[in-house]
Amino acid sequence: MDQPNFPASVEQLKQSVDTLGHQVDKLYGQAAAMAVQHSGAEQTFLVMGITVFVLAIFVGYYVVWHVTPALHSPLMSVTNAISSVIVVGAVIAAGPAMFGVSQIFGLAAIVLASINIFGGFIVSQRMLAMFRKKK
Amino acid sequence: METWSALAYLVAAICFIMALRGLSSPVSARSGLTFAVVGMVIAMGTTLAMPGVVSYGPIGAAIALGGVIGAVIALRIKMTALPQLVAAFHSLVGLAAVFVAAAAFTNPAAYGIGVPGAILPGSLIEMSLGTAIGAITFTGSIIAFAKLQGLVSGSPVTFKGQHALNAVLGITLVALIVMLVVTNAAMAYVLVVLLSLVLGVLIIIPIGGADMPVVVSMLNSYSGWAACGIGFTLENNLLIITGSLVGSSGAILSYIMCKGMNRSFISVILGGFGGESVAGVAGGHGDKIVKSGSAEDAAFILKNASSVIIVPGYGMAVAQAQHALREMGDTLKKEGVSVRYAIHPVAGRMPGHMNVLLAEANVPYEDVQELDEINRDFAQTDVAFVIGANDITNPAAKNDPTSPIYGMPILDVEKARTVLFIKRSMASGYAGIENELFYYDNTMMLFGDAKKMCEDIIKSLEA
Repeated sequence: MDQPNFPASVEQLKQSVDTLGHQVDKLYGQAAAMAVQHSGAEQTFLVMGITVFVLAIFVGYYVVWHVTPALHSPLMSVTNAISSVIVVGAVIAAGPAMFGVSQIFGLAAIVLASINIFGGFIVSQRMLAMFRKKK
Repeated sequence: METWSALAYLVAAICFIMALRGLSSPVSARSGLTFAVVGMVIAMGTTLAMPGVVSYGPIGAAIALGGVIGAVIALRIKMTALPQLVAAFHSLVGLAAVFVAAAAFTNPAAYGIGVPGAILPGSLIEMSLGTAIGAITFTGSIIAFAKLQGLVSGSPVTFKGQHALNAVLGITLVALIVMLVVTNAAMAYVLVVLLSLVLGVLIIIPIGGADMPVVVSMLNSYSGWAACGIGFTLENNLLIITGSLVGSSGAILSYIMCKGMNRSFISVILGGFGGESVAGVAGGHGDKIVKSGSAEDAAFILKNASSVIIVPGYGMAVAQAQHALREMGDTLKKEGVSVRYAIHPVAGRMPGHMNVLLAEANVPYEDVQELDEINRDFAQTDVAFVIGANDITNPAAKNDPTSPIYGMPILDVEKARTVLFIKRSMASGYAGIENELFYYDNTMMLFGDAKKMCEDIIKSLEA
């Protein structure tokens, strides 16, 4: 490397570091802006979500009190199976083509939830098939 | 696209509500289950059709793997092992919730809740709640499973300062969640998971075997709330609705179980019940006489009765006696004896446990009645046949205010003309309380294994 070129290279390097810094700042600004923007949407969802949550609890309350005590075991296995609807979130995590940590978490959750869905429904079906009327 | 998927999710949610509605009677229950399956298929199909979801290979493989494991387990399991199976399934929901939250934490952009290191504070709170409840459900259910399966002792594990420790850990957990929201640090998230896992163990170990119906229902409830927390994080109404249904269902079952034992939910959670044998009824039964009889004696009494009420308990499940019991009932019916079954809400180790076992043995469900329906009939009944139950028949619950189970609703078996009580030995029940019923004049103890005793009675009846 030539002597005279050395200061020039240093200058160049400094400039690129500066540009990089600016870019990082810009990206950070964008991320923050996005976060703020989304927090608006988040607020509206939170209110809607809580509305749905409270109403669903009421529905659950009235429906479950109507379940006959004889079927409390199937009730548990059915509710266990449907709570695995959490698999929806897992599929979204595992969905993208690229492979990363979140995909692995997603796939693991899909396996666990599927055990529950299939296992829960089959065992509920086995139980319910046994409840017979008088011949 | 988003509108359509939201509407499809709504249909799925309604299917789930219809499924629970169907369980109001055994007749509609099977169509209810079909609703649940349809709802799940709609939910899955809608999600798979989303534009962001493209890696069908790995997803399909994961579903197939889980599906096969689940199906094999469900087809092989014995009905007597149902409580531990349900506990094991709850643990899986808990862990799945933790994984989904972890996926959202590592790749928040996929759910539109920010970028790594700058996740929306609200989402972080919801995420950490879902994670914490999920992790507690996971380890708590594993402990419940181990207790029910007999891998560890069913007796409560208590130590000095237990509640103080739990309280400190609980406060630390809240502090960690605050730290996570403020700093967005992955370390804080990991700590939230680890601490919740520890808490799950600590919450369940002090609860004894007799309180397991409450624990199983409570964990059922927790798994629902975990799904709810994740639903808020992912802004997904289906998860919120389903989670609330499951959460409230578990909570109601816990309430019914607590009421069946006349205990407050808090006292069950604090645990320690049924540890040491209660010396309350002491003073010795030395002067009292226990009448015991043989299978032939029992067969004679049963044959000459016109009405019999059978009271099954957890011991019937342990001895796998339900089939022999049903045969005995059928033989008696052929003799013209009226035979019914009385179920206490907390008989067995999970809500409805006895009903399933009797159904498995082909007992028609019309013959099986709940405590409120049948309790007043004992006074007009010739024989109460207690098999594998104990505390739920203990008259001390009515007449001994010092008894730990005082106030608990019991089946009034002592009002029947004769009480036949199958038992292995004179040991006390799970609550560790003496049963004065054994010393009543109208009680005849039948010592032996429940299944063998029923078979011997059948032989004598047919002889």
